[in-house]
Amino acid sequence: MEVAGLIFSNIHDSSISELTNIRTMASVPFGCRYRLIDFPLSNMVHSGITKIGIITHNNYQSLMDHLGTGKDWDLARRSGGIKILPPFFNTYDNSNGGRLYSSRLEALMGVSSFISRCTEDYIVLSDCDGICNIDLSDAIEHHVENKADLTIITRKVTVGVDDIPDRSKVIVADENGMITDVSTYIKGESAHEISTNIMIANRMFLLNAIGDAGAHGYTDFYRDIVAKRASKSRFFRYLYEGIFIQITSLESYFSNSMKLLSPDVRNGLFDVKHRPIYTKLRNSAPTRYSENAQVCNSYVADGCVIEGVVENSILFRGVHVGKGTVVKNCILLQDTFTGNNVTLNCVISDKNVVIRDGRMLSGHESMPFFIPKGSMV
Amino acid sequence: MFRKKECVAMLLAGGQGSRLYALTEKNAKPAVPFGGKYRIIDFTLSNCINSGFDTVGVLTQYQPLVLNDYIGNGLPWDLDRSYGGVKILPPYQGKKGADWYRGTANAIYQNMQFIDRYDSEYVLILSGDHIYKMDYAKMLDYHKRVNADCTIAVIDVPLKEASRFGIMSTEEDGKIYKFSEKPKNPDSTKASMGIYIFSKEVLFEFLTADAADPESSNDFGKNVIPAMLAAKKRMYAYPFSGYWKDVGTISSLWEANMDLLGETPKLDLRDEEWRIYSRHETHAPQFVGESAVVDNSSITEGCEIYGTVRNSVLGAGVCVQKGAVVSNSVIMDNVMIEKDAKINYAIIDEETTIGAGASIGSEQKKAKGITVIAAGLSIPEHAVVGDNEMISDIAQIQMKEEM
Repeated sequence: MEVAGLIFSNIHDSSISELTNIRTMASVPFGCRYRLIDFPLSNMVHSGITKIGIITHNNYQSLMDHLGTGKDWDLARRSGGIKILPPFFNTYDNSNGGRLYSSRLEALMGVSSFISRCTEDYIVLSDCDGICNIDLSDAIEHHVENKADLTIITRKVTVGVDDIPDRSKVIVADENGMITDVSTYIKGESAHEISTNIMIANRMFLLNAIGDAGAHGYTDFYRDIVAKRASKSRFFRYLYEGIFIQITSLESYFSNSMKLLSPDVRNGLFDVKHRPIYTKLRNSAPTRYSENAQVCNSYVADGCVIEGVVENSILFRGVHVGKGTVVKNCILLQDTFTGNNVTLNCVISDKNVVIRDGRMLSGHESMPFFIPKGSMV
Repeated sequence: MFRKKECVAMLLAGGQGSRLYALTEKNAKPAVPFGGKYRIIDFTLSNCINSGFDTVGVLTQYQPLVLNDYIGNGLPWDLDRSYGGVKILPPYQGKKGADWYRGTANAIYQNMQFIDRYDSEYVLILSGDHIYKMDYAKMLDYHKRVNADCTIAVIDVPLKEASRFGIMSTEEDGKIYKFSEKPKNPDSTKASMGIYIFSKEVLFEFLTADAADPESSNDFGKNVIPAMLAAKKRMYAYPFSGYWKDVGTISSLWEANMDLLGETPKLDLRDEEWRIYSRHETHAPQFVGESAVVDNSSITEGCEIYGTVRNSVLGAGVCVQKGAVVSNSVIMDNVMIEKDAKINYAIIDEETTIGAGASIGSEQKKAKGITVIAAGLSIPEHAVVGDNEMISDIAQIQMKEEM
């Protein structure tokens, strides 16, 4: 079965503007050594998808740097592999005022040439802000068996218990799994099943939808395509019941990162047999713990030097924790350097932050303190 | 077509490394794991690329499967080139018959054709069993500056240890006038590091002569170097200072691993200017649990630590369960250390399981020697393996229990 992939690298950027101010959602670091795009990419690769288009919007330098040739995902291919699809609009057509796409459907319209050039029958679409380790081939099989035009992968939620992101799409399906309605979640309303924004589409259906959208000026994929056509098309849902993390804000980034300290979440994402999450290799040396290091309940990448105390924290590659320094409940991104006798609590430091000797910084679980990339404290 | 290369590096990686016993039973010495995520050959390969030498022939012979797999197309070292790059050179069948590499010199002799393809002026000869960081480009500059036929890298060793090495006696300007292999009464402390640069024409002349001599054991140190000295060729010693370790024995391999630890490690792998590259799989980050104690250790991704780790080097994917204590040891990839097991002064090879409550190595603070557990073994629960033992077969433990 021939399947291609399409990844939206910028969708929902605004939800964690602190981290996406300088990068795409796709390249937001997560879990010590990964970037969010590693999850959809690995999921696709493990399902035998080797042609993947990545739709970009703006600030995608860090993304291109991360992806390189695609070798680290085994996607450096003569035919297929990773195709970065920069924003596209006709130079002489000013009808949209030269602005970039602002919705999923518009983004798809911008890559219609990629979709029409594909020879695959099916296309898997995925965002980057939903983190999971999912066996897509099973979902694809269902899609084919159902002779579906579109299969939306959903997850169960309980209002009041789960953190349901704003603008989530509530999916209603009949007993056969056929979608009957799609609506936008409104706080306080009931919701049982929402879209993960991972979908499998027939390529021809997708092209037809894009053409339709162009002709009628549609902009919203769920409202103008899925909801409008639901009654007369074969749209199915596929319920995914594994670990799923959706990043919706800086607070949710913080609390969801901390979930990695629990073995269920960690193993559900990273310890699935034959389905490792791939990422860019950096050739860091192993992490060195000095004689006075005290580390507990922490998730640590390679390349760190730890000379102080680290508790309940996530350390990315190349972090340095100085002598007498105490790091608790923190997320320290790549190459964060802390000097000696520093005290940090509930802090998220972006890449290359330097925290000098003796500084004391604290946020709260409900409002982590964020230090922007490259700052010196 | 082959682009011209000024210097081709030839890496001798065929040695068995018999003094590493169990560690090299199914694995050539250069492919023995080191420092958590490296193999010994990474140092030489990384030195090559960091020195700007992008054409490397790797001569393999003994148990090459792991090594061939590991080097692959050379990508991790940036040696996957369209022109040059790393090439594995196994012994082959020629028109006049097939032959194993009979010695270091013979291995190069059989591959003169490879060197000639690149039309190079110089040949760098390396061995794949030393841990060090060295800029070969500086050595080549020196070779050209003194207009040598052969330059040998030397390192200053303590006089009392000099009799373990090949010793170069030099004039003040570095010109070698005498070479003595493991001399009883050394008159110099300049030990050969087994790194040679030859001007190609001279090398080929001597290799051809050496190959024609049925008496020769076809070895650089024993035959070719002495023959060149006798012929009054221009031979110079290139002084190197810095970390250098021959990891040919269990104890030196263990020591070199320990040199990665401490406040300012003797061997620094964090030098951004001189990175050591390696091929490694993707693993999840390392997790250090609530009850874990990690002290003066080097730990690699994929590890899960719930017990105690002290003064040790852990490879990727090692699990140390609750109550287990690992100290003064080198644990290679994917070893499972079950609860309450004790490991002290040991090297545990890849994919091994140490059963719950087992005790490996010295139970004292100091050890007579390093205990070695070979790859893939399952040490039964509560088994005891003493100080300085070498376990390559599980029957060795069972036999003892029956006695």
